[in-house]
Formats: sequence, C-alpha cells, structure tokens
Amino acid sequence: MEKEGVPAQSGGGEKGQEAKKAEAPLPEVDSSLRSRIESLFGERATVEFARPGRMQVNVAGKDIVEVARFARDELGFDHAESVTGIDRPADGQIEVVYHLGSYTRPDLAGHVLAVSTRAPREEDPSPGADSTRLPSLRGVFYSVEFHEREAFEMLGVYFEGHPDNRRLLLPEDWADMPPMRKDFAIKGR
Amino acid sequence: MEGKTTVPALAELPPGLELQRVDERIMTLNVGPQHPGSGHMRIIVQIDGDRIVACDPDPGYVHRGEEKMAEYRNYVQNIPHLERPVIHDSCNILYPYCLATEEILGIEVPERAQYVRVIAAELNRCVYTLYWLAIYGIFLGHSTMFMWPTGDRELLIDLLEKMTGARVTHAYLVPGGVRNDVPANFEDVCLRQVDYFEKRIREYAGIFYDNPILISRTRDAGALSRHDAVALGTTGSVLRASGVDYDVRKKEPYDCYDSLDFETSVMREGDAYARSRVPWLDMMQSCRIIRDALSKMPKSGSVRVKLKPNPKGPEMVSYKRVESGRGALGCYVVSDGKPEPYRVKMSVGSFRNLIALPYLLRGEKLGNMPAVYWSLNYWPVEADR
Repeated sequence: MEKEGVPAQSGGGEKGQEAKKAEAPLPEVDSSLRSRIESLFGERATVEFARPGRMQVNVAGKDIVEVARFARDELGFDHAESVTGIDRPADGQIEVVYHLGSYTRPDLAGHVLAVSTRAPREEDPSPGADSTRLPSLRGVFYSVEFHEREAFEMLGVYFEGHPDNRRLLLPEDWADMPPMRKDFAIKGR
Repeated sequence: MEGKTTVPALAELPPGLELQRVDERIMTLNVGPQHPGSGHMRIIVQIDGDRIVACDPDPGYVHRGEEKMAEYRNYVQNIPHLERPVIHDSCNILYPYCLATEEILGIEVPERAQYVRVIAAELNRCVYTLYWLAIYGIFLGHSTMFMWPTGDRELLIDLLEKMTGARVTHAYLVPGGVRNDVPANFEDVCLRQVDYFEKRIREYAGIFYDNPILISRTRDAGALSRHDAVALGTTGSVLRASGVDYDVRKKEPYDCYDSLDFETSVMREGDAYARSRVPWLDMMQSCRIIRDALSKMPKSGSVRVKLKPNPKGPEMVSYKRVESGRGALGCYVVSDGKPEPYRVKMSVGSFRNLIALPYLLRGEKLGNMPAVYWSLNYWPVEADR
C-alpha cells in the first residue's frame, strides 16, 4: 500500500554515492588502522576502501597468514565473523573475504576488518586436487573452521593446513561442481 | 582374523571423504537427524561408557541454498525467501540485508520507520526466544515450560499479525523502511500486551530458572570460559553468558537503537544455566526497548521510501550486522551494478555458535548433551541457510 507524499529515493546515482563517501572524514581509529597496515605491509596489502567502521584490505594468498596474525596480535581483532567465497569468472579468480571483529578491544567493537584474497579459478574444477588453493587461517583464528569448510564445498577452494577439509552442508554424495560457482545454474533460471 | 578386508589408506580417498576404523571400546552414536532432541541436524558422538570423547556436528539437512537463490532475484524480490531460515525471527534476519541494501542503494530510512522496525525486531526476538525456551523446557523433561512460552508466544504473534498481516513469515522489513504502517490503535494494544507479557515472563523464574531440577541439570554443564568464548568466535547469548559484554545494538547501533534506553544482559558463569538465562534477561530488555520506542516514535510520517522499479546501486560491497535472537547476524552484499546482488552471504549466529559444540561436549556425560546442545541457542535451519 503506497502512502501519499512518500519521499522519493534520495541519493541514488553512482556519483552521489562516491561524493558522499569522499566527504565523510575518517575517524581517528580507522585512519590509524589504515596507516599501520599500509606502513608495515606497503604494496603487499592494498586498502580497497575505508569507511567508518569498515575497511577492506586486499592481500595475496601467500601473505594472508602474516596479515591475519598482525591483525590479531597487533591490531586486536580476536575472532573471524564470517568467511565469504565469491566467484569471479571474469577475472579467472575466486575471492575469499574474511571479516574480522573484536570483542576484547572496546574501541574496535564497532569495527569489521575485511581481509580479501584471491585464488586461481579452474574452468573444470576438481575440488581439492586443482590449483584453487589458499593457506588456511584456522591456525590464527580458530573460529574460521566451519566457515572454511563451507567455502571449500561451496566454491572448491582448498584450504591448505586446515585440519578437517570435509563437506559440511552438502550431502556426502554430491557429485556436481561446487554450487556457489557462477556456472552452476539453478534449474529453470 | 578371518574375512578381514583391506581398507584403503586415508590418503587414497578423494578429499572430502574419510574412512573411520571401528574401535572396540569407543561407540559411535548418531543423534539425529530425525531425533526430536537434535532438530534437523545430526550430532555424531563417540562415547566411552557414558562419557563423550568426541563430537562431530553434521548440519546441512535443511540447506536450501538461500545465498544462491539471492543471486537470481532483485533486491526486493529477495525479501520473502531470505527470512525463511528463521521464520520466528524473520524481522531480525531481514534486518542486516535491508541495512546493507540501503547502503548500496543510497537510501535514508524515515525516522518513524526506524522505530517501527525496532519494535517489530524486538517483538520477533521475544517470539523466537519463547519458542527456543519451550524446546529447552521439553528437552529437559519440563513440560510446563513447553506449554507456557508456547501460549504466551501467541499474544506476541497476534500483535505482529496486527502489525504486519502475517503470523510468522512477516516479510515486513523492506529496503527503505517497512512494508506498511502500523494500525491506528497499535500503540495501546502493544503497550497492554507488553505489560502482560513482562508479568508472565517474570513468572518463569519461579517455575523454571529457580527450579532445583533445572539448576542441577545445567549448572556447571558445558562451561565455556571467557577466553574460549572469544577465541571460538561465539556470539549472542553464548558470548554474553561467558561474561563478554558485547551486543551489536550497543556497540554498533543501527537505526534508532542509540536513542533507546536498555542494558546488555551479561552473566559470568559460562555454563548451560547462564546460557539458558541470558535470553530470558534479553526478553526483559526487549520489553523495555519496545516501551521506550513507543514513547519516542514520531506519531506520524512516512514509513517507507519509494524505490524505483528494479533498484540498483553502484559497484560496491556492504557488510552490516544486527543483534538477532541468536547473536550477531551479519549480511555481506556484493553489488556489481545490476539489479540483482552479485553475492549475498549471511553469517548467522547459529552457525558461529556451532563450533563451540564439539568443544563443550568433550568429556561431558551423554545425558547432558541435550542441555548443553540447546543452550547454544542453535537453530538448525538458520545454520544451514
């Protein structure tokens, strides 16, 4: 049911978004996080975006354990909230994003640090046996255990060093490709 | 031994499959997936006598591919199916998706809509918690505790029906506000119901929480220390029962939570008793939030921003969190500039708390398993998505 006099969608366009983002000054805690990561890792960790409370850092697969350990020991992020696998067929890669949060540091309570990395993507996947591999963060953040198992079965990213690379949600006899890949189509769609 | 078959070495099996040898002393027991004491999931426990030596939770029996389905529908069409994982808490599971979508589409939610959302979310939290509590009661053989919350839940469901038009699957929160305004006399009805409801849940203390039988079953069962609760990345009532003062509504207020008056419920013990009590304390705070929100809510105004057909935003990502009945609920939405999201990921409290189960059950008596398992505030359907 539409109400009369509903305000029209504000902002909207891409330009409005970009302008708004650039305008907002970054609080001190965010900018110090940013500068600490950038000064230590230099070109190995590029900050994708930094908004108040949210920051994404892109790192290569070989550096991710080091960056995660730095985030835990030096920055104070003590747990991983979520691990998201994103299929990027256009780039020939699969992205894995770790969202890290902090319970113990009050100044970081409203912050989520996203650490993103990419693994090569195979056209004809054979999960666990192909080049789609990344080092596991289970040794740094215990809480990623089930999340990484889910990313393995859903996208075929094999996490090296994970103690328990079994299926979690899919049936044991699943014989198709990992279902969250973009080339796995839902029937009728 | 005759007839001994040769088993392939573990290394020969394809990744994802495993072979287990049968031990003479350790018995493997499958609890679920049809067992009424597990929900739609299987818990594989290995027991030595009646002590649990290992536990392997096996979720996935109600996996519906919500995240995959979300990639095929536009931002608004996703609303009715994304709430399905927890229909009792549908406003809270839609909340982070709506917040993330609003950030992508660049929408400001009208003030009145923010209050209506908060009231709906808190009512939903109570509805979910009562259902969870009812099952916890029957798990422990306390059938009165099954009947009382199930009955009291009806009051709130009636209220939500007045508000949204549906008893459970409300699909009430939409990007830009709520689907429709509340009815004219809503404020009075809501206040009356909440007052009665608060009186009722206070009575639960006498029959359930102060009951020596409940205390003897749950006190010191499955104790989780503060350090481990943080390291395991648990959330919600499990985390707060272990003495960590963390509630997304306080730490990262969304919508109008920063203007509302409430406290975070924290207990120190970290055992199953504390974990069963924290959600009850949360319901008291929910009543307080609802009363405060009703008094501060603007009396009139728009409750929804009108969206363009097939709304789309720029190429960006958004990760938003809310505090649901089971803990922090995060939604990660990736937009590639099309009307359909490129990727939707829900990081749900149930899935995050599940990791504590093998940890807590090790060394526990088999008889304590239901008390520990359900105290994790776990909803199998939500964990599977």
